[in-house]
Amino acid sequence: MKPTALVLFAYGANRDNDIAAALELAGAAPGIVPLNHLRTQKRRFSDYQMLVLPGGFSYADALGAGRLHAIDLTSYFLDEITAFVETGKPVIGVCNGFQALVASGILPGNSRWGRQQVDAALTFNSEGHFECRWSYLRPVSRNCIWTRGLEELVYCPVAHGEGNFQVRSSGLLDELVERDQVALTYVHADGSPSRGRYPANPNGSVMDIAGVTNPQGNVLGMMPHPENHIYPYQHPLRTRGVVSGSGLPLFVNGVAYAQQL
Amino acid sequence: MSIYRFVTHFQEQNDPRSGALLQDAHALGFTDLTRIECQDLYFIEGQLNNDQLQQLALELLCDPVTQEISWDEFPAPVLQPEPGVVMVEVALRHGVTDPVADEIVRAARQLGISGVRSASTGRRYLIDTDEETGQTLATRLLANMVVHRWAVGEVEPSFPVMAEASEQTETIKIRGLGDQELLEVSKERRAALDLREMQAIQHYCDREARDLTDVEFEAIAQTWSEHCVHKTFKGRITFEDGRVVDSIYQTYIRAVTEKIEAPWVLSAFVDNAGIIDLDGENEVSFKVETHNHPSAIEPFGGANTGVGGVIRDVLGVSHKPVANTDVLCFGLQETRLSDLPSGVLHPRLVMSGVVAGVQDYGNKIGIPTVNGAILFDPGYAANPLVFCGTVGISPIGLHQRTPKKGDRVIVLGGGTGRDGLRGATFSSMTMDAQTGEVSGSSVQIGNPIVEKGLVDVIIPARDQGLYTAITDCGAGGLSSAVGEMASGIGADVDLTDVRLKYPGLAPWEIWLSEAQERMVLAVPRQDLPKLQELCDTYGVHLTDIGAFTGSGRLVVRCGEKVVLDLANEFLHEGIPQRELKAAEVKVRHDEAGNLSTKYRGTASEAAGFLLKLLAHPNIASKERVIRMYDHEVQGGTAVKPLTGAENDGPSDAAVIHPLGARGRAGVAIAAGINPEYGKLDAYRMALSVVDEAVRNAVAVGADPERIAILDNFCWGDPLRPEILGSVVEAARGCHDAALMFGTPLISGKDSFNNEYLGVDGLRHAIPPTLLISSIGILDDVDKSVTMDLKEAGNPLYLVGEFQPVFGGAHFNRISDWQVNEPAPSLAASTPYLYRSLHQAIKKGLVRSCHDLSEGGLAVAAAEICIAGRLGLDIDMNTDDPLRWLFGETNGCLLVEVDKARLAAFEALFSGLSIERIAIVTEAPELKVSLGTGYVFNLPVDQLLRVWKTPLQP
Repeated sequence: MKPTALVLFAYGANRDNDIAAALELAGAAPGIVPLNHLRTQKRRFSDYQMLVLPGGFSYADALGAGRLHAIDLTSYFLDEITAFVETGKPVIGVCNGFQALVASGILPGNSRWGRQQVDAALTFNSEGHFECRWSYLRPVSRNCIWTRGLEELVYCPVAHGEGNFQVRSSGLLDELVERDQVALTYVHADGSPSRGRYPANPNGSVMDIAGVTNPQGNVLGMMPHPENHIYPYQHPLRTRGVVSGSGLPLFVNGVAYAQQL
Repeated sequence: MSIYRFVTHFQEQNDPRSGALLQDAHALGFTDLTRIECQDLYFIEGQLNNDQLQQLALELLCDPVTQEISWDEFPAPVLQPEPGVVMVEVALRHGVTDPVADEIVRAARQLGISGVRSASTGRRYLIDTDEETGQTLATRLLANMVVHRWAVGEVEPSFPVMAEASEQTETIKIRGLGDQELLEVSKERRAALDLREMQAIQHYCDREARDLTDVEFEAIAQTWSEHCVHKTFKGRITFEDGRVVDSIYQTYIRAVTEKIEAPWVLSAFVDNAGIIDLDGENEVSFKVETHNHPSAIEPFGGANTGVGGVIRDVLGVSHKPVANTDVLCFGLQETRLSDLPSGVLHPRLVMSGVVAGVQDYGNKIGIPTVNGAILFDPGYAANPLVFCGTVGISPIGLHQRTPKKGDRVIVLGGGTGRDGLRGATFSSMTMDAQTGEVSGSSVQIGNPIVEKGLVDVIIPARDQGLYTAITDCGAGGLSSAVGEMASGIGADVDLTDVRLKYPGLAPWEIWLSEAQERMVLAVPRQDLPKLQELCDTYGVHLTDIGAFTGSGRLVVRCGEKVVLDLANEFLHEGIPQRELKAAEVKVRHDEAGNLSTKYRGTASEAAGFLLKLLAHPNIASKERVIRMYDHEVQGGTAVKPLTGAENDGPSDAAVIHPLGARGRAGVAIAAGINPEYGKLDAYRMALSVVDEAVRNAVAVGADPERIAILDNFCWGDPLRPEILGSVVEAARGCHDAALMFGTPLISGKDSFNNEYLGVDGLRHAIPPTLLISSIGILDDVDKSVTMDLKEAGNPLYLVGEFQPVFGGAHFNRISDWQVNEPAPSLAASTPYLYRSLHQAIKKGLVRSCHDLSEGGLAVAAAEICIAGRLGLDIDMNTDDPLRWLFGETNGCLLVEVDKARLAAFEALFSGLSIERIAIVTEAPELKVSLGTGYVFNLPVDQLLRVWKTPLQP
């Protein structure tokens, strides 16, 4: 049986089809579920083995990217999502999904999360504007079920204006490193650290952080879009004979994990 | 009821918006400025206790990790900024869409705070400067009078006004008026109707034995506007010598498509977008619109709703939008404020506003922006051009076009407000210094997320067959949409059923409002519940405003009262054909044999020219803008706008593989535009831009026998005979070139009156500008080709009849030589060359391919070196080196061929013009030589730096 994946379709989501394609290719059975169908209980979180928050512009980024979607998560679905996260099911939020996970306090999730305890932010890019470019990512965390075992760099596009990861305190930063919660970092093409240098680090994120996981390692949030590099024709260097850096293995990891739960 | 004010600001770093503002201020000449801090203002009207205020502040209105927030209740003590700091506050005018305010009210309720009645937003700027400079900055940079209110100090909060509902109509007296009086009626209501049209209306009134209501008059003015019926393109044109062109549209545009009769064209000129066959199972549509006038007075909103409008055109043929394009023409960015006509926004602000508007809509709605161009010319300073295009996909044959008697008239999407009143007629007039103020209500601000909801509902509704016809609410609003849909059958609607943003709209305002993000559908009664369910799922508003009747009349009521009752026949067929006069346009060049003049110069001069050309803003890298657009969403982008070893080379065209396409089928999307040629010779410009649009598509791998094109004509006032003469020449060129290539025209749009009557009393008209957009089919996107050099040792061919000339060449814009020659012509063998090139691409012989365009061969060569980070060793075979390097030609490309397969490549071109001119080198240098005495050598690093500098902020 293919693991079922709930692709939560908020008002303004737009990379739902993209990530559903990646999940399907990775062996899952994704279902794109409008938020209203969850509210009216036409669909239930408990029917699914994976939870996916896709990219987009929920509520047009009004009042800050992901903020209003985060209020959806915490005001409508607090119990369901708590159960999902705490039972260790795989959860992934990409771009706007990551922003919502951070704005709701689910990530990095080191304190008991909830909207009263937000420890991190995805704020405006240091360049001051939206930017779309392909980035090299190093999968770092061995604790995160999505990135563990990935050796190759992931090459995929970023497309955001508010992806600059910052934390409330340097203590939290240390904790993220200690607990192996830094899931992915922005690096140069040769794999060397970007050390905050634009454009390898496209948004100014602290410690080049492109993605973080919760202490349990089942929830991954990341700004770049691995779902937009799952076919060879998408590779910008395809006509130069380059094929590496697919985003697909990351999804395969998550699906395989859901499979054995 | 209390009013609270919240102020949010960043803790340590300045708001990232501050940097961009400071750059703009510097560019406008405020070079001493060091700080413009930007803060967000939220005004909330309601009754809230302290806990609730704190909850709103911390959970909704600020990001607690990076921002701080403070709040107070009005009346609050007036804030005095520190000495040396000027505070400017800016808020939206009444009636301007404020989506953030709506979200605040909604989200507050979601948080359980029910005491919030309404909200509004604004910005506060803290500027280190004096008050006078602060005021100038407010009017020139921080606020746009068309949509904003501002104050030095605190701006008064304002909230939506609750006005009385209005059912008032006025009677417009038409019968018995003399000619002069008729024209005055037209002018007074800004209807842009001429005497013959007013007389036609008068005859109708005489027949019906009554005058018109204001709703009727406005509806006729809209239906008969240039924007909606293209009366210039359909007019009867007489030249001075008696020659007659009876409709440009019939003679040149539609004619060529009928002559070509391509079986794969599924819809041309009848729907909201042109449609062609993609892969036998799916069809793709393409539409390109202009939004010039609105973008001139409010660049962000104008461009924003330009994108929104063309997306709705594609939804209007029941297609899912899969790609956007944008071609933008601006005044020179370094224009001095004092050189601008009064009432005109600075070109730099126009550009940043337009780019932000395109970015905001395309990115948020989730459609990749994959192709475009940006041009600069002094002629666009007062009249920027904004061309927005959208490509859509659908399984073949699902689109429904015929409403049935009894079907309901259903409006989906946004509410109706006063936005964009008379936009259709406004865009049909020449602007003057007052236009911005008078036409404030012509501006709309978009809401891409509401339109996203329309996409989410309409595509499944199409698949379930829930409607019998659909069209978008664009220019002319409901009047245009319902009017067009009902033109064959009749309809009866009630304006009191239209969902309004706020009360108090007069009936004609409701009927004509150009409020965005609305679609009109004809829905059989039994299908309404299913459509309602879809709408509930995706949070889309549905309103039922009436029925299609079969009466042949359009009837509009306001409750009991009939406010419009017109015969379809009159409304849609009653407009008299325009009689127009054209003057023969002298082609502006000296034909007398100077093409044989040789331009040698020295090698170092040649190198200097190349560097200047690369730095010309029309040729320089547009990366900074391109990266602000998401070109990857939907995952279909196979050839990206930026390409090559470091993803920064300029692609000739985009290739996408839309979700749902069979196998690896895809489309190439490209464009051709060249106002420089238009200034010399409109006919040759048209030949050139058709060729360029086709050439660009072929360069990435499109099949030249399956390319369709779209025309967008932007000219000045067509009532001036010399302007119209130039339009006719361009249309003739468009026809001749399209016929030559066998590329049918499938859609088009014209935008006239791109003129500005300055306070100096002179007309400022744009250069004649024809944009040709192309869409071509690829069987396999994996076979597509990019423009970057790939491998040292490969030979580079010049493919095509190379006939370089300096007429309209960018060389003339960067050198003092000012060579007077005609614009390039188009060789008859070009279509055959493209077919051979396509065979070579399909066989995998071509490693890279790039077309020659602005700046000629040398610029194309520099660009492929830059993109591939490889060098070229070029051996010029000419005694006329500057012409060879910088002259411009049509029909030519630089093609890198796999060194092991030269014979196969050459064999495909027997009898056609190709020449080996260079070899790709590992050393990253562009080396150009003519024998041993004439050599220059430029490192690719230097080319790159020069080419990337101009458009950096």
